[in-house]
Amino acid sequence: MDVYEKQLEEEIPDFEEHIPEKHGAFDISATVSAVKIHGWKQVTGILAVAIVILGGLELVIRLFKVPEFVFPAPSATFKALVTSFPTNYTHFLITISELVSGYVVGASIGLILAAVLTQVPYLEKVITPYILLLICTPTLALVPLLMLKLGFNIWPRIIAVSLASGPMVMINSVTGFRRTDLAKIALAKSYGATTFQIFKMIRFPLALPMIIVGLLVGGIFGLITAVGSDMVGGKVGLGNKITYYSSLARMAHFFAIIIMVAIIGISIWLIFSRVGKKYASWQE
Amino acid sequence: MDEVIVVEKVSKVYASERGPVHAIDRFSMKVKEGDFVAIVGPSGCGKTTLLWGLTGLHPFNGGKAYILGEEVDKPRKDVGIIFQQANLLPWRNILQNVLFPIEIMKENIADYEERVKDLLDSVELTGFENHYPRELSGGMQQRVSIVRALSYDPKVLLMDEPFGALDAYTRDEMDTLLLGIWKKTKKTIAFVTHRIEEAVYLANKVYVMTPRPGTNSAVFDIDLPRPRPEGITMEQKYFEIVAEIKKRIVKDVEKQKEEGVYQSQAYSTVT
Ligand SMILES: Nc1ncnc2c1ncn2[C@@H]1O[C@H](COP(=O)(O)OP(=O)(O)O)[C@@H](O)[C@H]1O
Ligand SMILES: [Mg+2]
Repeated sequence: MDVYEKQLEEEIPDFEEHIPEKHGAFDISATVSAVKIHGWKQVTGILAVAIVILGGLELVIRLFKVPEFVFPAPSATFKALVTSFPTNYTHFLITISELVSGYVVGASIGLILAAVLTQVPYLEKVITPYILLLICTPTLALVPLLMLKLGFNIWPRIIAVSLASGPMVMINSVTGFRRTDLAKIALAKSYGATTFQIFKMIRFPLALPMIIVGLLVGGIFGLITAVGSDMVGGKVGLGNKITYYSSLARMAHFFAIIIMVAIIGISIWLIFSRVGKKYASWQE
Repeated sequence: MDEVIVVEKVSKVYASERGPVHAIDRFSMKVKEGDFVAIVGPSGCGKTTLLWGLTGLHPFNGGKAYILGEEVDKPRKDVGIIFQQANLLPWRNILQNVLFPIEIMKENIADYEERVKDLLDSVELTGFENHYPRELSGGMQQRVSIVRALSYDPKVLLMDEPFGALDAYTRDEMDTLLLGIWKKTKKTIAFVTHRIEEAVYLANKVYVMTPRPGTNSAVFDIDLPRPRPEGITMEQKYFEIVAEIKKRIVKDVEKQKEEGVYQSQAYSTVT
């Protein structure tokens, strides 16, 4: 029997609307809902702004003959993106695999820890400061140390990514799992629900909106860390290419890599705002 | 099996920061099969505590309660509970909400779909199966929760001021609807309310509780025709019964005040 089920024996739920508080530790749900695209009018508008900015940039750079090492023209950046794609493709895959494997490990551990710790309030209070410490310390700083121990390979980066994303997933999920609605637990118990059924059918769905926010923030933090670790250690990965091209002042290629990184970030956002729309829209 | 609910001298004491709170004190009650019994009393007298004790979720700490001959010590599958609020799960649509008990009980959903659809129809909610709770009014939500409680066909219904949160007009509609369901399904119902008018309109028998700690004050057999004729609530006889019960409650309060044991309901978070 879990803590909340025991609580039921001591008090009768008050049935107040338990609209769970929307703001967790690192809530960016505002950004998720801010970008809602309604219809073609808005799409056209957004595209028009892009065209004006890029076109203007192109015009100014050509007019004043700005050299590439100062600022590349959008057309040059686009060309670099296309022509260097075959060589940069492998680096793209390396960064993606660092991100995905580190994230899967970190996010799973974070999620499981959150689910377990919220069952034991004392343990939660003891562990949380350490998780906050992990969040506040940029794990990027650990990469050189990890490299000393593990060598110049992909492992230090995977570990750094999981250390960056895991705590983020965890702290948000903890906020989610703390939203315990005693009245709904009572409902399930009145039909003879087991502790596992209560978790699966009440506590998890209730926590899901916050878990999704955690997964999104964790993903973005993971990306930052993956690119950052590429810069710090090794000769491969998108981060490494960023340092490489900027040291040669090949700014068009530099911006091409930035675009690739941005595409990964935007994909993370798209995936989780889709998931959020499906599983978390009930609380709006 | 004649007596479906038997309550024998149950008591409940809550521990609070300001010392123990005696919510119920040796309260007894019997409900026959197919009967509709209402429990009334001033706010804070322990009605909710009594009903939750019967659910098996919130045990008494004195006396015994039996449902269908068995001592109540855990929730039972032959009891349906209707709470003060509809208490629907916002992430499930209406059909998924009413099938929630079936899912928990690991029964075959397909066996119940027909039944549940009929029930939804009887509360005029056909066509709302795929809607989400937030799209429904309070009254509609509470009708969903009635269907949910009936979905697995329990013999007994326990209801705690189920319509208390609704506006007066919807509340009267729901009372009539409930009587229709009761007539059709022949459930045994224990219904808690602080509205005497509602209790008299609905029940065959009204148990009156004293102010806290809730003890037996009186039992009234309601001698009004069944099914309740339209306009019964405007009739002399109805008013007389209501007035008699109200007088009883006022007397209980005065008696407690005279004895100096009357407590204001300072702890009342639940109504
Ligand atoms: N968890 C609790 N701790 C302390 N006192 C409580 C608790 N729950 C209820 N009470 C008190 O017990 C009394 C009975 O409560 P309740 O059963 O909710 O009354 P009713 O439903 O008749 O209004 C009230 O005076 C209330 O303040
Ligand atoms: Mg109450």
